[in-house]
Amino acid sequence: MKFGVVVFPGSNCDHDAWYALGEVLHQPVEFLWHQSEDINKFDAIVLPGGFSYGDYLRTGAIARFSPVMRAVEKFARGGGLVLGICNGFQILCEAGLLPGALQRNAGMKFICRQVHMRVESTDTPFTGAAAPGQVLQIPIAHGDGNYFCDAETLEELQENEQIIFKYSTPDGRIDAAANPNGSLENIAGVCNKERNVVGLMPHPERAVESALGSIDGQVIFRSMIESLLLQAGVSS
Amino acid sequence: MSASKPTIEIEIKVTPELAAEHGLTADEYERIQKILGRDPKITELGIFSVMWSEHCSYKSSKVHLRRLPTRGPQVLQGPGENAGVVDIGDGLAAAFKMESHNHPSYVEPFQGAATGVGGILRDIFTMGARPIAVLDSLRFGPISATASGAKALGRQPGSAGLKPSPTKPNESGAIAGAVLSPSEQVASQGALAPEGTDRVDAETIAHNRRILDGVVRGIAHYGNCFGVPTVGGEVHFEAGYSANPLVNVLALGIAKKEDLFFAKARGVGNPVIYVGAKTGRDGIHGASLLASAEFTEESQQKRPNVQVGDPFMEKLLLEACLEAMKTGAIVAIQDMGAAGLTSTSCEMASRGGLGIEMELAKVPQRERGMTPYEMMLSESQERMLLVAERGRELEVLNVFAKWGLDAVEIGRVTEDGLVRVLHHSKAVAEIPAHALAEEGPVYQRPIAAPAPVTNERLVEFGAPGKNLTYNFHALLAAPAIASKRYIWEQYDYMVRTNTIEIPGAGDAAVVRIKGTKRALALASDGNGRWCRLDPFVGAQLAVAEAARNVACSGAKPIAATNCLNFGSPEKPEVMWQFSRAIDGIAEACTALEIPITGGNVSFYNETLGRSIDPTPVLGVLGMIENASRALGMAFRATGDAILLLDGNTTAQTAGSTADAAKGFSSSEYARTIRGVEAGAPPAVNLPAEKRLTTLLVALASEGQLQSAHDVSDGGVAVTVAESSFASNGLSAHVSLASKEPDELALFGERGARAVVSVSAENVAAVLRIAAQYDVSAVEVGRVASGEFRIELNGRVAVSAEVPSLADAWSGALERLLS
Repeated sequence: MKFGVVVFPGSNCDHDAWYALGEVLHQPVEFLWHQSEDINKFDAIVLPGGFSYGDYLRTGAIARFSPVMRAVEKFARGGGLVLGICNGFQILCEAGLLPGALQRNAGMKFICRQVHMRVESTDTPFTGAAAPGQVLQIPIAHGDGNYFCDAETLEELQENEQIIFKYSTPDGRIDAAANPNGSLENIAGVCNKERNVVGLMPHPERAVESALGSIDGQVIFRSMIESLLLQAGVSS
Repeated sequence: MSASKPTIEIEIKVTPELAAEHGLTADEYERIQKILGRDPKITELGIFSVMWSEHCSYKSSKVHLRRLPTRGPQVLQGPGENAGVVDIGDGLAAAFKMESHNHPSYVEPFQGAATGVGGILRDIFTMGARPIAVLDSLRFGPISATASGAKALGRQPGSAGLKPSPTKPNESGAIAGAVLSPSEQVASQGALAPEGTDRVDAETIAHNRRILDGVVRGIAHYGNCFGVPTVGGEVHFEAGYSANPLVNVLALGIAKKEDLFFAKARGVGNPVIYVGAKTGRDGIHGASLLASAEFTEESQQKRPNVQVGDPFMEKLLLEACLEAMKTGAIVAIQDMGAAGLTSTSCEMASRGGLGIEMELAKVPQRERGMTPYEMMLSESQERMLLVAERGRELEVLNVFAKWGLDAVEIGRVTEDGLVRVLHHSKAVAEIPAHALAEEGPVYQRPIAAPAPVTNERLVEFGAPGKNLTYNFHALLAAPAIASKRYIWEQYDYMVRTNTIEIPGAGDAAVVRIKGTKRALALASDGNGRWCRLDPFVGAQLAVAEAARNVACSGAKPIAATNCLNFGSPEKPEVMWQFSRAIDGIAEACTALEIPITGGNVSFYNETLGRSIDPTPVLGVLGMIENASRALGMAFRATGDAILLLDGNTTAQTAGSTADAAKGFSSSEYARTIRGVEAGAPPAVNLPAEKRLTTLLVALASEGQLQSAHDVSDGGVAVTVAESSFASNGLSAHVSLASKEPDELALFGERGARAVVSVSAENVAAVLRIAAQYDVSAVEVGRVASGEFRIELNGRVAVSAEVPSLADAWSGALERLLS
């Protein structure tokens, strides 16, 4: 079982994701250069945070045309697990693999801070190991994390329970004070209809060690590992 | 596309007047003629003018900088290279340095600050080290009408005086900010609208706020996009910086010792390769001219002189350089900083005792028709010059191609020791590299001490036994003391997942070194006000405070860098300030055993004839053997003992009240509450500072302390309060005994002190160890919850609910800036 961490020229959290998976959670993990399409050796793909191609046009706009994204789209359509973190989430939206878009933060400022998010659905390979409604303390670091989609899409997301994470208070309340960037309905992360692709703005790779202030991010990676083991017919 | 016609190079006649326009004096021009044995050509004049500018040549500071101590057991590379390097064990080296981008940041705050970060990052990775942390020391003009925090307390404009009362939660339960109602009468002498501080007009305040916003956004943009965490620093607000903000940026990188690279050209015939962004006309006479002249009326249209930065391009440059360095085919490398291609080529040649020949027609250009003069002086960003091994250049060029960067062989190393610049094979400059780089003018500028200040207004202490809660609220809300969260939350301080003490959590930023048990701590400190009053003592206190901050995180201070921000060196009293500050730094670094491994001098911080306060800023690096022993400032558990550690063991003789008033009149309290900025910095006691830092490191490494926070701005009262605010809701009950006047005992800023919290069962051991280190340790109270109370000589001096104090402190900047 092997994780692939995609590296765009402007990715700067690729190393952090590689370290969390490899050194902290002891999973086989390799970097996947944006020019490569050799994706089949991987069981799960992580699109890390950063500024992919410098975000000149829109965050993540150019990345979707890279060779690796063609491979990721095929991989995702084939049911492979794809986790997009921060800039990775933006790229998945731009590539049409996830609904909605990430706009400029409401306060027009970059924000780096610990936030809380509530698990809205445990019925995904990324939240299977979490308890319903569990609150996770995970840091954010972005300037464009304001999730938006039109009313019709929102309705669809709600009906299909595709909203996976919502910004909340430490005790799980969803209110405006807990919303750091103006995201619609406090949405912090969504999945596709097939539930094998998830994007979220907070950085779970920064919350896997107590030395860094929280280990709540582990549950997302553990869920992926358990789901992959299940698929491979091995009970963990 | 029409073929571009070859530009006809009109040979501009060089005259002494033209040399003067380039900032070269008559005898500097004469020295050029002697070196060349003829009149210089226009491109040569340009080259000499940037290389011999104050910023690049240090001509007015060199004679003084020699007095700084630069040797130490862990120093691998002292001043003279792109960054200082120290050995941190496990076969690793730490490269670190501080640079100033003051002038560009005044002309264009966003780009000025952004390129300041870009420049210092390149100084680090040109040594082969991957940058892992950045700190920024920022100084702006006032952002509030009075120096005090009145505005920041949420005072409605126009309301007469401000009558305080503890805040009451409103109906919806949320604390409605520290709105202070009239009913509470605090018998305090201090009026909150102090006369005396120069009245700052609204237009200047708005301008200062715009500069601050631009500078912070610029630093955030560059660091966040490049992917290096901005983990600490400091922000000060003083009237002198209104028209001349200071933006000093420190960067730290890590490399294996054997992977270090130096900028010394070697191997005659080796190819000289230009890599990175294309060359444009931005920044011509940027750092060299801007930083070597004061601001005048038409400073605004110097905007094109400010370089433009692209952090994404720099990230590519970093990855490509580190990857290319691994091929073993690179012989030498240097980033193009101030004076771009000129300084890089001549410094690399001069250090290697060789020459470099370059053909400018091969230089990748962003704009057409650039003259050799423009190309040699351009300060376009994100460019490096390297020397490769002849025959292996393709290995290097391929790495840069992989990362989508230009990489072109533009010349070769020669043995004639000349910097020869060709343009379409015509020699436009031929200058002895050594003479250009090392034999520039060196000035012994005249020095004159200013006339001593007489009958200045000092603070009158209030009657003893007063409740000073109200003044304490205002002090906590003063921009100099209030939380800087509003600023550092715009920085990504977590990327690279090494940050174990985030901004605001401790006195120093602490980053772990993956693959080892170690961590490195960094703190940058300076105090322009104290140095204005006494540069010798003020500079010692700057070193001592940075060292104390590092020790409070549990790290042993091992080396330091500095940014020396001063007015015009052509003013004798500025040179007196500079010389005295250097003596102060030398004295403190020697006493605390902290060698200087490099730094930067920024003169001409001067606008319309008015110099800024002399502001030496020190960046101290410390090392923690066991990262799990790193310390923060937050109280951790109710019932823990609060101890005041003091390196000054001789009983604090209550000297004459006049001396006490003189030392207190330079404090933040004096300025904020009494509107007084006078007197002298508090006395400095270096042996006491050394004893305290040694004790703190020993206690931390034994895991004896729950928290440590040094006593600085705002005195013991603010130190205890900040340790409460950093915890999640804990408070403190403290009772002090002192013969000093109340305000001095609570808010005095004397050095060599720290407030630590210790779990009850460790108190005896800590007291015993402190005695062994000859440091006074007194239990002054307990960590509590609910009311925050400080008693002095048995009477309540401060008493308030933590949320109301916390809000005054944490919300102040946001109220002023948004």
